[in-house]
Amino acid sequence: MSIILNNVSFTYGEGTAYEMQALKNVTLKIDDGEFIGIIGHTGSGKSTLIQHLNGLMKAVSGEIYFNGRDIYEEDFDLRELRTRVGLVFQYPEHQLFETTVFNDVCFGPMNQGFDKNEAGLRAFEALRMAGVPEKLYYQPPFDLSGGQKRRVAIAGVLAMKPEVLILDEPTAGLDPKGRDEILDLIAGMHKSKKMTVILVSHSMEDVAKYVQRIIVMDEGQVFLDGAPREVFKYYKELEKIGLCAPEVTYLMEDLKARGMAIDGDATTVEEAKQSILKLFQ
Amino acid sequence: MGIIKASKVVFEYIRRDEEGNVDSIQTAVDHVDLDVKEGDFVVILGHNGSGKSTLAKQLNALLVPSEGTLWVDGKDTKERKNVRDVRRKAGMVFQNPDNQIIASVVEEDVGFGPENLGVPTEEIWKRVGESLTSVGMLKFRRHSPNKLSGGQKQRVAIAGVMAMEPKCIVLDEPTAMLDPKGRKEVLSAVHELNRKKGITVILITHYMEEAVDGDYIYVMDEGKVVMEGLPKEIFSKVEELKRHRLDVPQATLLAYELKKAGLPLSEGILTRQELAEELERCYVNYSK
Amino acid sequence: MLRDITLGQYYPGNSPVHKLDPRVKLFGALVYIVSLFVFRGILGFLLATVFLIFVIKICQVPFRFMVKGLKAIVILMAFTAVFNLFLTPGEHVLFHYGIFTITMEGVKNAAFMLIRLTYLIVGTSVMTLTTTPNQLTDGVEKALKPLSKIGVPVHAVSMMMSIALRFIPILIEETDIIMKAQMARGANFEEGSLIVRAKNMIPLLVPLFISAFRRADDLAMAMEARCYEGGEGRTKMRPLKYQGLDYGAYVLLLAYLGGIIFLRFFIV
Repeated sequence: MSIILNNVSFTYGEGTAYEMQALKNVTLKIDDGEFIGIIGHTGSGKSTLIQHLNGLMKAVSGEIYFNGRDIYEEDFDLRELRTRVGLVFQYPEHQLFETTVFNDVCFGPMNQGFDKNEAGLRAFEALRMAGVPEKLYYQPPFDLSGGQKRRVAIAGVLAMKPEVLILDEPTAGLDPKGRDEILDLIAGMHKSKKMTVILVSHSMEDVAKYVQRIIVMDEGQVFLDGAPREVFKYYKELEKIGLCAPEVTYLMEDLKARGMAIDGDATTVEEAKQSILKLFQ
Repeated sequence: MGIIKASKVVFEYIRRDEEGNVDSIQTAVDHVDLDVKEGDFVVILGHNGSGKSTLAKQLNALLVPSEGTLWVDGKDTKERKNVRDVRRKAGMVFQNPDNQIIASVVEEDVGFGPENLGVPTEEIWKRVGESLTSVGMLKFRRHSPNKLSGGQKQRVAIAGVMAMEPKCIVLDEPTAMLDPKGRKEVLSAVHELNRKKGITVILITHYMEEAVDGDYIYVMDEGKVVMEGLPKEIFSKVEELKRHRLDVPQATLLAYELKKAGLPLSEGILTRQELAEELERCYVNYSK
Repeated sequence: MLRDITLGQYYPGNSPVHKLDPRVKLFGALVYIVSLFVFRGILGFLLATVFLIFVIKICQVPFRFMVKGLKAIVILMAFTAVFNLFLTPGEHVLFHYGIFTITMEGVKNAAFMLIRLTYLIVGTSVMTLTTTPNQLTDGVEKALKPLSKIGVPVHAVSMMMSIALRFIPILIEETDIIMKAQMARGANFEEGSLIVRAKNMIPLLVPLFISAFRRADDLAMAMEARCYEGGEGRTKMRPLKYQGLDYGAYVLLLAYLGGIIFLRFFIV
């Protein structure tokens, strides 16, 4: 599985008074099995970018290749692409509409053309993966708590068995434990199902803890792209574009400035702990 | 008594079936006691479902206790005749920035509260100007709310409450739907109102970093107040907070982990500044 | 992005038109629309044109904002023009091909229809550009107040109107998001027969309705929290009181209408 973006640009409201370029010559490659975090302030283009990855939005210029094929070709099936590149929007529970949780999760597979049985099997598997308790399967989705609804919505996308899973701010509105649970779930899926996972987030701490690669967006362009340690080294540049590094990164810098021979660039609490303890040995 | 006082407040959600018989009773608020000093910045922490929002709605008489009593500025919220006064004195700001803005122009929305109170026209305009200034949104007065960012919309909502000249503002998870920039804007506006105008603030949240600057913290779980005290006291109890589905700021967590591993750090570290200073102190001692 | 499309977007300003009481503007819009369908001949057309230009000039809103609405009805205009052009019976035949006949009368009708539609859009834009939605609903509320004495819930209706205006852009944007979210699950909103497409709307309409109800619930709470208790005892930020300017405008409007009617029935 690979997704390649080549000089992709997108403008909202082209030709009208509200013209705004949301993506400017973005070139990126996403490989199989990566766990990527996309960060950027509101308006940086990150939401626009992910909607191009599954063909929901069409680039104004540039090409996008999925597994080597140009997705804007005449006979390319974009609807099929959307079932292979699954996109979970922010507050996904707002799209639940069926009479039962189970039926709602079947929506995706049914759209793929599977019959009721096959769709049902996929739904069961997806609900289990998403950690939804069995006793809720036949309840109306609206009776569930916020966190449970969110899991059902994610299951709805998982049921299509996508190769790539993109989640836009999956922890929005959840309490601390809820946040941990969802992120652990996602990380688990990346590991066990070997899915390529892309996470869009505002939280540097969350991103640093889970992903292997961070893409920083600013003004429609890719500003930085690399491993968390590398990216957060540029915390001064990040600040200039309205972002910041995880708390612990700043702490490490502070300690260095106070003359402590601390080694390494910690981006998580665990890394910081190890680095600091080494100092006292 | 403090500006807000709750005594053994209970709130039950009663679910009835089609015939009106009681189907289930859910105790959302379970014998809660509160005593908020005027001018304080109080934070109520709790996971989703802990009862904090239900409690918040009682502070403003949107809901009334099933048992127990709640007084706002000395007035019992259960008495119908007090409701208007309670809502004026304890204004409320909600979580969804869009769903609390009623008008299509910012200044008209801020004037909505005073209009409802029967404030004379000239006075309304005075209050609108002052409130918008106090949250830093004056230059947006003739804008449409649709064009504003989340943080800006919340500040307009706060201005709308301020225009009613309250003594206390209750904010129910005001930053849950905002990005980091918006969160900062809203919190700094609220802290400024607390500092400069002496407005009592009750902030309901599940973001730990927001509680660090409070004067007093209440932690709720399953409808009860399970912990209360100063930030330093509360945040040192990391394990207990985790049991209540909460978290601690990264600096506090790191301090806790380091202490567990044996480092002689002092209690109650809340910010990375404090942690850095503590670590420096330890290091200097260690090097000797 | 879609939020920028407010219905008849307000353009802040201090012109005489901005300062007019909204009731005058509502009456003016009514008069103007009636006049557009009353005038027949060239003189009536000239009077309407002069009136429109006068109003555009004094409202001080850049002209480009007024023509924005025209884009939306381009298709309607084309359709009307073609209709009138080819299907008006008359004596002066200019062109004949099979069942298509273009007559002089047809050309005249088509031209006037296009002008009427254009003037209609531009003229009513002037009203919505110079009046905030709240002012409009306040105007309607005040104008219809007498009806409340016979039990018509004028205040409630006007409050509903103004809230609806406020939330339309938000709901439009939400529709877009829900649509995209369902498309991301393979939903198809484009193909299929009418019945199939209607059925396919369920995943769009159900969440939208639920969201609208949720918003209504939240909004009701927020209004209550700000001491809203219905129309009794409320004061207004912009109380509507007629001033000299308003009386002058009424006179002008009545004169204009009178002129149009006179020209139509006594001169042509």
